[in-house]
Amino acid sequence: MSGNKVISSENLSLTFETNDGPVHALSDIDLKIDKGEFVSFIGPSGCGKTTFLRVIADLEKPTSGAITVNGMTPEEARMKRAYGYVFQAASLYLWRTIEKNIALPLEIMGYSKSEQQERVARTLELVDLTGFAKKYPWQLSGGMQQRASIARALAFDAELLLMDEPFGALDEIVRDHLNEQLLELWDRTNKTICFVTHSIPEAVYLSTKIVVMSPRPGRVTDVIESTLPKKRPLEIRESPEFLKIAHRVREGLRAGHSYEE
Amino acid sequence: MGRLSKGKTIPVLTVLSVIVAVWYVCVVWMNAQWEYDQAERAGTTIEFSQLVSNTMHQERPVLPAAHQVFAEMWETIVNKKITSKRSLVYHAWITLSATLLGFAIGTVLGILISVGIVHNRAMEKSVMPWVIASQTIPILAIAPMIIVVLNAIGISGLLPKALISTYLSFFPIVVGMVKGLRSPDQSQLDLMHTYSASATQTFWKLRWPSSMPYLFTSLKIAVAISLVGAIVGELPTGAVSGLGARLLAGSYYGQTIQIWSALFTAAILAATLVMLVGLAHTYVLKRMGQQPGGVA
Repeated sequence: MSGNKVISSENLSLTFETNDGPVHALSDIDLKIDKGEFVSFIGPSGCGKTTFLRVIADLEKPTSGAITVNGMTPEEARMKRAYGYVFQAASLYLWRTIEKNIALPLEIMGYSKSEQQERVARTLELVDLTGFAKKYPWQLSGGMQQRASIARALAFDAELLLMDEPFGALDEIVRDHLNEQLLELWDRTNKTICFVTHSIPEAVYLSTKIVVMSPRPGRVTDVIESTLPKKRPLEIRESPEFLKIAHRVREGLRAGHSYEE
Repeated sequence: MGRLSKGKTIPVLTVLSVIVAVWYVCVVWMNAQWEYDQAERAGTTIEFSQLVSNTMHQERPVLPAAHQVFAEMWETIVNKKITSKRSLVYHAWITLSATLLGFAIGTVLGILISVGIVHNRAMEKSVMPWVIASQTIPILAIAPMIIVVLNAIGISGLLPKALISTYLSFFPIVVGMVKGLRSPDQSQLDLMHTYSASATQTFWKLRWPSSMPYLFTSLKIAVAISLVGAIVGELPTGAVSGLGARLLAGSYYGQTIQIWSALFTAAILAATLVMLVGLAHTYVLKRMGQQPGGVA
């Protein structure tokens, strides 16, 4: 497999055995992701977008097919701490302050105290939370908590950032703001980002590549390379080009989704 | 007045005075028979007012009045030297030392068992049924055996009684801590997995802090039943000191006032212990919410 691909999957399938019979969460996924790309996975619930992210993260094992992360198996990549994962809920540890939450992976990975401090300060600045180091999670708003969890994923400088509907629970205004910040962060750090969402505008606004998926079995129905420029003000969402891509995503979703059930 | 009615003072006092009133009504009712018998034996009748007054001051009442119990407690707690065999403080200390030792052993044992159960599937299947079965055996049946068996191998005094406390107190710790150590949700555990954290790291950085509220809830139950265990340990074993011995001696000689004052002392002791655990709980949770670092 080619070495410069961050993620490369071939005929990847995953079937969950449940009491109601097998569920085909992923079926024949072929996908290549280059370094520095911002890839969104979009589709209705049950299409396997989160499962695919979890396979990359070695949180699920594929049933068949092959996948490499940085040219390694997902398990090797996880052992080398190749990625940072941002969950749907911020899942900050409530008994730790924000800085201690961000230091958590650093403690586990054995960074020195001074290195921890330096990295915590740097990532806090990156997500614009500098004044909140000593606060506890419950003292922060939902959007700030999610930013703290992004900082936690960034703290150990993984080249790959996996984000599972990180802004799903936030209101539209906060979400717009965080989307802008995320793009800026991506621009500054040049990381590869895999981003799961169920919002079409979010996917189109953020991505260089949009992977449209459909359920039963979970499969890829369309892969759209975005033609939008790298610098994207929020207003770009009213441009004809943006609307054209959004239209194609919607078509892709409609084609793959049966409304009978 | 406004402040009083808004606060808890008035409701609490009301409930308390109702309890005391019921108590005194019961005193008259339950002790009256003896007074009637006395009067009949003397060939006289007894007026109701005289009856009420007499039932409050019997030597060996069926149910002693509140003031009798508290007078006895005052006498045996405050007025006796604490080294005296008649001092309730002395007896309470004997029981308390066994309680605390048993509670400490039970807590450590309970935590160790729960850690084993959470981390080892085989242990869950093999140990948990025994833990539950152990609690179905009446402690009164097993207490003398523990004392006798330990005596046979040369262990006597404080430790056998403490072990009876342990026998009772480790159970709520195991049950609470198994639940507590399993309380982190899937995404918190997944997070540790994405860091390739070791089981030890996951334990100290996630499972242990998550289990604190469960631990303290269990500790409150455990400390109270540790006291029960220590008292029960004194009952069937011919102990001469401790609150249990005091209860037993009281019942041998029909000293109901002595029994009741020992019971009240035990209750006060239990309430104090539970309160102390509650304070420790508040302190730890405060530390986990206000100081950087939290509990590690």
